[in-house]
Amino acid sequence: MAYSNKVIDHYENPRNVGSFAKDDPSVATGMVGAPACGDVMKLQIKVNEQGVIEDAKFKTYGCGSAIASSSLVTEWVKGKTLDEAQQIKNTDIAQELALPPVKIHCSILAEDAIKAAIADYKQKRGG
Amino acid sequence: MKLPIYLDYAATTPVDPRVAEKMMQFLTMDGQFGNPASRSHRFGWQAEEAVEIARSQIAELVNADPREIVFTSGATESNNLAIKGAAEFYHKKGKHLITVKTEHKAVLDTMRQLERDGFDVTYLDVEANGLVDLTKLEQAMRSDTTVISIMMVNNEIGVVQDVAAIGELCRSKGIIFHVDAAQATGKVAIDLQQLKVDLMSFSGHKTYGPKGIGALFVRRKPRIRLEAQTHGGGHERGMRSGTLATHQIVAMGEAFRLAKEEMAAEQQRITALRDRLWNGIKDIEQVFLNGDAKARVPNITNVSFNYVEGESLIMALKDIAVSSGSACTSASLEPSYVLRALGLSDELAHSSIRFSIGRFTTEEQIDHTIKIVHEAIAKLREMSPLWDMYKDGIDLNTVAWVAH
Repeated sequence: MAYSNKVIDHYENPRNVGSFAKDDPSVATGMVGAPACGDVMKLQIKVNEQGVIEDAKFKTYGCGSAIASSSLVTEWVKGKTLDEAQQIKNTDIAQELALPPVKIHCSILAEDAIKAAIADYKQKRGG
Repeated sequence: MKLPIYLDYAATTPVDPRVAEKMMQFLTMDGQFGNPASRSHRFGWQAEEAVEIARSQIAELVNADPREIVFTSGATESNNLAIKGAAEFYHKKGKHLITVKTEHKAVLDTMRQLERDGFDVTYLDVEANGLVDLTKLEQAMRSDTTVISIMMVNNEIGVVQDVAAIGELCRSKGIIFHVDAAQATGKVAIDLQQLKVDLMSFSGHKTYGPKGIGALFVRRKPRIRLEAQTHGGGHERGMRSGTLATHQIVAMGEAFRLAKEEMAAEQQRITALRDRLWNGIKDIEQVFLNGDAKARVPNITNVSFNYVEGESLIMALKDIAVSSGSACTSASLEPSYVLRALGLSDELAHSSIRFSIGRFTTEEQIDHTIKIVHEAIAKLREMSPLWDMYKDGIDLNTVAWVAH
């Protein structure tokens, strides 16, 4: 599998690996994928009172492009409002990382992870 | 140490330099480049003699008669010729065939083609250790079963089937027994005077010969007949037409001669390296050896590192050339069908790495591999949400996953 330099860079130097405390009310978690499919992404966002994502962390079980996609979105969501983060498209991720066609599902998963984290945050805040 | 370290000998072996040396003598004007089928001059006679020596060398490794060896382009062609050739020749006797779910695609896909041609095929399950249960095999046999194809050494997990016992069973029922032995030559002793095997496939490039050459053993007593799949000048007693590739045949002969000569010492050395590798990694938490621990060749070690995905592991092991049972190395999302057939969970199947050791592997390379594996597993588990869940005592089977 010939990966782009950006994928390899994110894979070798992943940004924002880790977890936030689950009981922190400003933290929301999105977990998507399944072990059976070979990838599971956990994206956590820390949202301030103004609805801006201050920080993000991820943990991913998956191939190199799944790890790179999740690493990239932790960078992208930081500083964005929830509404702005909601607009991140898998095609942007795939294009940024120059993912090969068989790896497009990794970018879809990363988009899903953002949406799942935002949904979790809204649910925590009572919709 | 030169990097990357090659630990994928089950995919292909480099040509032994002694073999390459021999091969080069059969190509140019200064060498013996003649067509072995040319009967009218010494160029042809010399080439024919070289081919016949190679045929004997191959026969000697497996204790067969040279007249039982048919040259092909490789084990895939041998499997096609054996299975299609026998199924078609004996189709009036019956149209039922049996094989095993963990066979190589060259056997499975050939069977699928025969199904499209009106044959009925049983794909037997294997036990959790990768071996065929003889009772289940016997139960699958029918009065119209004509051919059974079971490999000797599995290419992914290295388990060795009990070919002797399966052969006895097939012979007692009058069923033709084909064995794909591509991964077996030079690794396990094969005695075709003893084994009740009717057809056996061989490959050049799994045993330090070149790619593009293979052979099929076709038993003479009792005589097995095949419907030819390649038609033409009637080479190889009409079973496989096409000008013989003298240089490749001579090389495969030399490779098999070396395999016979050096097998005992080589297997001892490789077993020691395998033990060194396994002892170096087996104490990592949640590491599993795939396939039977005893009935196996020493050169193949298939290991699952739980909660780490195979392709990312291969990326982390970039200084080591290995292969993975993970789906992510292919276009599909399905993990290795061989590991799934053993009943492995998806996580474990996705987390597998095949290390295959060979003639040129050194202790230093194994030690470096152990070190890199430890580092890679630590790094990826640090990143793995599944590992966290395991550490938190969460049973992954109880989680409602959002499949995609």
